[in-house]
Amino acid sequence: MTTLAEYSPQLEALAQAQGLEYYTVDFELVPENFMMETAVYGLPVRMPHWSFGVRYIHHLIQRSMGNSRIFEVMFPGDPCHAYLVDSNTLPENVLVLAHVLGHADFARRNALFVRSMAMAGGRILEQAAARAHRIEEASTEYGQERVEAVLDAALSLEAHIDIHHALHRMPYAEPAAEDAAPPPADAFRERYKDLPGEAQPAPKGRELRRVGVPPHPEYDLLWFIAQYGPELEGWERDVFLAVREESFYFYPVFACQIMNEGWASYWHACLLREADFLPQDLYVSAIKAHSDVVRPFAGDRQLSLVVNPYHLGFSMWERIVEAKGIEAARRICSEDDDFGFVRNHLDAALAEKLDLFVYETASDGETKIISRDIHAIHEAILAPKFNFGAPRIAATKIELDGSLTLTHNHKDDGRGLDIARAERVLDYIARVWRRPVTLHTVDDEGAPRELSRRAPKPRASD
Amino acid sequence: MTSRIRVSADAPWYDLFSRGARDWLRHNQKVRQAVNERLLDLLASGDFISNPTERTVRVPVRMLEHARFRLADPQSESGAGQGEGEVGDVLRPSKPGAGDEAGKGGTGQGEFQLMLELKLDDLVDWLWEELELPDLKPKPSAPIDEDELVREGISKRGIRARLDRRLTVKEAVKRRAIQSDPVPFVDDDLRFRQLKQRPRRATNAVVMFGLDVSASMTTVERQLAKTFFFFALQGLRRQYHRVETRFIAHTTDAWEFSEKDFFEVTGSGGTMASSAFRLALGLLQENYEAAQYNAYLFYASDGENSTEDRATAGESLRALAERLNYLGYLETRAGTVRFAQTDMRSLMDTLAASGSPVGTHIVSEKKDIWQAIRQFFVQQSGQTARA
Repeated sequence: MTTLAEYSPQLEALAQAQGLEYYTVDFELVPENFMMETAVYGLPVRMPHWSFGVRYIHHLIQRSMGNSRIFEVMFPGDPCHAYLVDSNTLPENVLVLAHVLGHADFARRNALFVRSMAMAGGRILEQAAARAHRIEEASTEYGQERVEAVLDAALSLEAHIDIHHALHRMPYAEPAAEDAAPPPADAFRERYKDLPGEAQPAPKGRELRRVGVPPHPEYDLLWFIAQYGPELEGWERDVFLAVREESFYFYPVFACQIMNEGWASYWHACLLREADFLPQDLYVSAIKAHSDVVRPFAGDRQLSLVVNPYHLGFSMWERIVEAKGIEAARRICSEDDDFGFVRNHLDAALAEKLDLFVYETASDGETKIISRDIHAIHEAILAPKFNFGAPRIAATKIELDGSLTLTHNHKDDGRGLDIARAERVLDYIARVWRRPVTLHTVDDEGAPRELSRRAPKPRASD
Repeated sequence: MTSRIRVSADAPWYDLFSRGARDWLRHNQKVRQAVNERLLDLLASGDFISNPTERTVRVPVRMLEHARFRLADPQSESGAGQGEGEVGDVLRPSKPGAGDEAGKGGTGQGEFQLMLELKLDDLVDWLWEELELPDLKPKPSAPIDEDELVREGISKRGIRARLDRRLTVKEAVKRRAIQSDPVPFVDDDLRFRQLKQRPRRATNAVVMFGLDVSASMTTVERQLAKTFFFFALQGLRRQYHRVETRFIAHTTDAWEFSEKDFFEVTGSGGTMASSAFRLALGLLQENYEAAQYNAYLFYASDGENSTEDRATAGESLRALAERLNYLGYLETRAGTVRFAQTDMRSLMDTLAASGSPVGTHIVSEKKDIWQAIRQFFVQQSGQTARA
């Protein structure tokens, strides 16, 4: 039987002839279950947490209902790692291999990916495995309950990073004024400065001062809590920073999904067109698989309330290459993320060709097309991607007693928070912060709302 | 051309990956913990007594949601879609009655429920984990029926399994310190732990359940009382290997029943509580010597007692209470509002005021039962601890 490995050199030759650039890609054929778990966890090896179990079961159910199929999972890095399901047909995997090369090319060009790799290095999966291992070790040492409580908080804030800061970020600069003014020396002070036999107090070097922190609203919550949580133990800090590192890694994939999937689809289509070495039937099956991936609608329907990013991205790249040439496309590929890409390059003509619209579902379930205006379409596509898909919440103050104030930037988000969930997240945070945590947001009427939670008292039995 | 593709197909151990399953099991564990915390509501919904063959109860539970910050659900949701149609076209008609639903929770994941099968035994285990029979004293003259092995002393001979390595090494170190040309170990260094058999005093207990089955007790009230007895009994059995139980039901007269019949007994007619108290005392005097047995009575009634029995009941109760370690009185009041003070209640209160170990609890719903159990058992063992 012919295998993927036999076609891969020829496909690669085509890719290189077309100017694709990429770091080495390690392909592995894996069982479907492994694939699904990897998709659920976001990484092949990741820290354990019960919430992944819930996602896993959802996926399992969806799979049993035939709703979702995962063809490939690809992890950019140096080398990149790509997993293909071993039960895929050969034509499907030929297509997927070409698709992954497109992703690899994208990851090497796009500025967000390049920056992420410059900060984190290329050996992403090994690092993730090491983090998972550290967390498992912490579980053994400090008990599952405690580690879980920290992960509850850290993972619920997964999206709350500030991508504009460095992955390895230093604490705020100490305000100079505080150090500059030692008390003036006088006779009394001189006389009693040192108690006889008393050890000199250690110089206040590493100790973090909480007054005036944060100096500005801080959206990098994972970092902030790791850095300034009162009484946070070393391993807890480590857990927060581990989750943050992974969020930094996931961000480019999230922020460039339309571009990236479109780019990969564009290239797998290109490579397949040229792949005259494929047997006829395999070629036809692969083309069929391609059109399944990039079609706008599921099944026979002619209407969809979601925009398939593969289809949208693919159509946009085809048009860009057609109109401006491949070099211009590559420049866009390296410079944009989905926001710039959609706003700049999805024009009214293409939107019309693709039949894009904005719909609105009223509370009674009635769904209407409300607009075909191009700007409205842009924003409707991009809205879920704003701020890593999470509400804008900043740490704004640490009180003298160590309690923390968070502020929801409801003006940016347009409305307040889901109160019940917010309270539960505050519970998670309060357990780790170990001091009361307060959150300011607004209710449905836009009136200010203040949520406050405190850490539970440790139980007597603990 | 340098190849930058590596394809490998041998990953046999990937089949062994089961992180998803592991974390799913952990989730289920947490669900169980959560269920554990509101067990009583669950118990109230199950009917274990009339259907004792049913040893499991299936409860629907929601999957746990790992909360995240999320924006409040908007008045209307909008998004981008694809397909033909004019602005203003209705793509999906409104669903009648969906108005309230749509705005509240339940969106996204978590639409399906989980059926959790709980073993009745587990439930009772959970319930009883923290409880103890009140005031259980070892009775000094109780029959000595168990031996226990305790560690006692050290010897130079013994079987290998009881070799005490630490002591042996200590001995060797001591010896080597005073010898001029020592060998690492000699037989004389060996130290063995010794075991000794010791008789253990048994704590014997007899628990009596008394139930008023007169006409004034409604079916619901009887059900409440029996449910209480059922869980109390299950728990006692679990906690203590040798608890003896006696079952008494009364109307104007009192009879002893077997456990099985007791839970099915119904009755009619008037109420003479004294009959039950006398029977209980008789049973105690005949079968359970005070020096050997801790004795408990749990008595359930709607609180009504015939007026002419008042004096007799008071007397017999007093006599009985002297012999009891604890008397738990469960007053059932299903649905009806009654005067705060019933005959039986005032009897019990008088008794309690005179220093007898009496506890009273009123239940009107199934969910009160657990509180009753808690009050009778936890509170009492707490008092014992303080005493």
